[in-house]
Amino acid sequence: MYSRFCLLSLLLGCLIQLSLCSDTAVSVQGEQDHEQGNTTAKGRSGESRNKSSKAFPVVTVDFAHVRSPFVVALWILLASVLKLGFHFFPKLSSVVPESCLLVCVGLIVGGLLKTVGETPPILRADVFFFYLLPPIILDAGYFLPVRPFTENLGTILCFAVIGTLWNAAFVGVGLYAVCQIKGSGLEKITLLPNLLFGSIISAVDPVAVLAVFEEIHINELLHILVFGESLLNDAVTVVLYHLLEEYSYAPHIGAKEVILGILSFFVVALGGIFVGVFYGIIAAFTSRFTSRLRVIEPLFVFLYSYMAYLCSEIFHLSGIMALIACGVVMRPYVEANISHKSHTTIKYFLKMWSSVSETLIFIFLGVSTLAGEHHWDWIFISCTLIFCLIGRILGVLGLTFILNKFRIVKLTPKDQFIISYGGLRGAIAFSLGYLLNEKFPRILFLTAIITIIFFTVFVQGMTIRPLVELLAVKKKQDSRRSINEEIHTQFLDHLLTGIEDVCGHYGHHHWKDKLNRFNKKYIKKCLITGERSKEPQLIAFYHKMEMKNAIEMVASGGLPKFPSSVSMQTPRRRSTLSERLLPTLTKEREEEVRKILRENLQKTRQRLRSYNRHTLIADPYEDQWKQMLLKRQRLRSTDQRVSVLLTVPTSGRESPPGMKSGIESDTMYFEPRDPASDMPMITIDLATPPSKESTDTQNKDGEDKGIVFAANESGSPSQRVQRFLSDPGPDHESDDHLQS
Amino acid sequence: PFAPLSTIQDKLSRLALFFSREDFQRIGELAVNPLGDRIINAFFPDDKQSLDFRSFIRILACFRPTVKDKYADPNAAEPINSRSNKLRFAFQLYDQDRDGIISRGELIQVLRMMLEAQVTEDQLESITDRTIQEADLDGDGAISFEEFRKSLENINLEHKMSIRFLQ
Repeated sequence: MYSRFCLLSLLLGCLIQLSLCSDTAVSVQGEQDHEQGNTTAKGRSGESRNKSSKAFPVVTVDFAHVRSPFVVALWILLASVLKLGFHFFPKLSSVVPESCLLVCVGLIVGGLLKTVGETPPILRADVFFFYLLPPIILDAGYFLPVRPFTENLGTILCFAVIGTLWNAAFVGVGLYAVCQIKGSGLEKITLLPNLLFGSIISAVDPVAVLAVFEEIHINELLHILVFGESLLNDAVTVVLYHLLEEYSYAPHIGAKEVILGILSFFVVALGGIFVGVFYGIIAAFTSRFTSRLRVIEPLFVFLYSYMAYLCSEIFHLSGIMALIACGVVMRPYVEANISHKSHTTIKYFLKMWSSVSETLIFIFLGVSTLAGEHHWDWIFISCTLIFCLIGRILGVLGLTFILNKFRIVKLTPKDQFIISYGGLRGAIAFSLGYLLNEKFPRILFLTAIITIIFFTVFVQGMTIRPLVELLAVKKKQDSRRSINEEIHTQFLDHLLTGIEDVCGHYGHHHWKDKLNRFNKKYIKKCLITGERSKEPQLIAFYHKMEMKNAIEMVASGGLPKFPSSVSMQTPRRRSTLSERLLPTLTKEREEEVRKILRENLQKTRQRLRSYNRHTLIADPYEDQWKQMLLKRQRLRSTDQRVSVLLTVPTSGRESPPGMKSGIESDTMYFEPRDPASDMPMITIDLATPPSKESTDTQNKDGEDKGIVFAANESGSPSQRVQRFLSDPGPDHESDDHLQS
Repeated sequence: PFAPLSTIQDKLSRLALFFSREDFQRIGELAVNPLGDRIINAFFPDDKQSLDFRSFIRILACFRPTVKDKYADPNAAEPINSRSNKLRFAFQLYDQDRDGIISRGELIQVLRMMLEAQVTEDQLESITDRTIQEADLDGDGAISFEEFRKSLENINLEHKMSIRFLQ
């Protein structure tokens, strides 16, 4: 209760500040030049006066020169505090999706600003397209699940291209027919402006889809179908928009214009993809050399993607497709090259930016509603709504009927309903409408667009969740990918490729296999640093998994924890294993261990050296702790045979290429543990990675050495490291290890 | 690479009676495929040297896309391209000695074939151990057919193990 009260007061404070500074903004705005002249004059005269009689002003208020960044920062702060606030009201946030709440808040803020007496800011199209949209799309593209996307690519393209064209035509022609009805007062709007309006309003919006679908967790197939469609229809929208705007008041449309339009579509779509791929490859290539300066790795990812977007905007190509292509192409190579911390940074920055963008977009939608003028026409707007809904349903039904003849996994009527219901419109439509030339009935169009957006966001957004529950649509499976699935999927891939070869049929699997081979042979060598270029995918996956486990195990307090979502162990088995894994120490060993720990732990923690912007230095305290852990481990392993260590190669120092992974040791992992508790611990050995390009600088800086699963350099045979969770089968296996 | 394929297609078109192992081994892509040998062995079980057309088609039929037939008679025999039979086919490729379970040695062999000598023995063994540990429910240290089926329950097998043109 108290926290809610604090939050509310914080919110109110933000709102009041905002209105206040907008107030002063307006009053300054009109007379800014005049005032500036005044102030400088005053300043000079003030100075002279100062020199003579006035005391030096100890406290001054000069808001004008910080106004812009201040207002921007305040808006973002307001948006973030609001987002925070929603989660304090769980009942509200489970019924109403976040986007609705944000639009409402925007309406409230807009209303407040209007009552204060000045114009609230409108969502400007250039701000939207250059600053607010790219983070969301990049976040979507970088983390796009490529496998389901490529498996369903045909379906997605059909929906995106043919579906959008059909929607635009249906709405445009329908509205034209309505406009022709005598007495509606809309006869001035000819066919082409109607078609233009249709093309603006028919595009499914990725921002809205993301905002709503994120919260309902439907199964992967439906999610990727609707989401993929919303991304790929950008090309269609761009072409239609520019084409129709060019030609809308032209005398007549001939075959030439249609052909040019089709050609333009291919240029826009393929050109956008090409630009994205180009920048993606350059980004991957750059990341190959960043091992010496890890701090700026995330920056390259962001900058290259943004450049791809801007470059494609220069040529009026599809910026969204460029961003998606860049993210998808860049990701496998960049992830192989960058450190683990950079990877986390990229992930969290992208999520943060896209979250802020989304919030701002929805709030501004609400504010802009109250800001602009409106021209409400019952007939036009209600017909738009009806045609949009019907057009979408018909389009989806028709396309699915045709597509199901070609698909292996058919789309059920339930799926079709969700796809048609998920056709949400959003801020892209609004911005495109805002950019319209004055020769169109812009205000009417804008009002209609806003109405449709409100309808989809509120009505469809709120009802989709209960509908999903009602229809019992399959939900997203939460489990992580197990190593079983990974192995068997690869196995099946090879098997199917073989069978296709036997049939002589060059299908889907055949080409995928060829692409993989090409990738392995040529591309990986160029774009991935050093040794990791030869690492097979399975090994990389396995190491990622082991790492996650290790982190979980340390974070959870040292008890062996199997991947919970994946393990299908019965409880009985789990307890016996954990019993077996808890080591037993003799009394005197325990005393020795305690003594060592006490000695080492009593040293107070040294202060970190002054922060250097160019390197990330490890905490010096950590080195001591690690050494102590190693000592302790050696002591313990002399006593028992089964210890909990991560698997290590017994081939000594030369760890195979795949074993390098760039985890820095965080201080979190090294909290002092009760030495008496017989908890298994992980030894994390910092050793220099075998990367050719960075061996010199690594040792000095203490930077990013990575976890290398290297053998303990102990000499005695009894300390030979055992396998983690080894097969408790026949005894001769462990004997082998002792002797090898 | 087109010559051996055309031999098969030739024989198919003439409804020639038998394929031999050489016909299959001459397919270029199959030689590059890490599982090539095992696939050929699947077509020629028990050291058979010749394959007649019916058996060939029966094996290929396993890869037809599954059609959910609501009106199917529940007592009728399971169709060849059911999910269960597809799984069984894949399982048999792992389980070379036909004892009904994928033992550790068999799994290591398969992994070694797929990873094509880019890994050390220890890595192979640890991956195998991990795989068995994840899937093994009854604690016998090997993967039975049921455990195999369970570990793949999240994968869309009807999509993965179907060849469109066989429909």
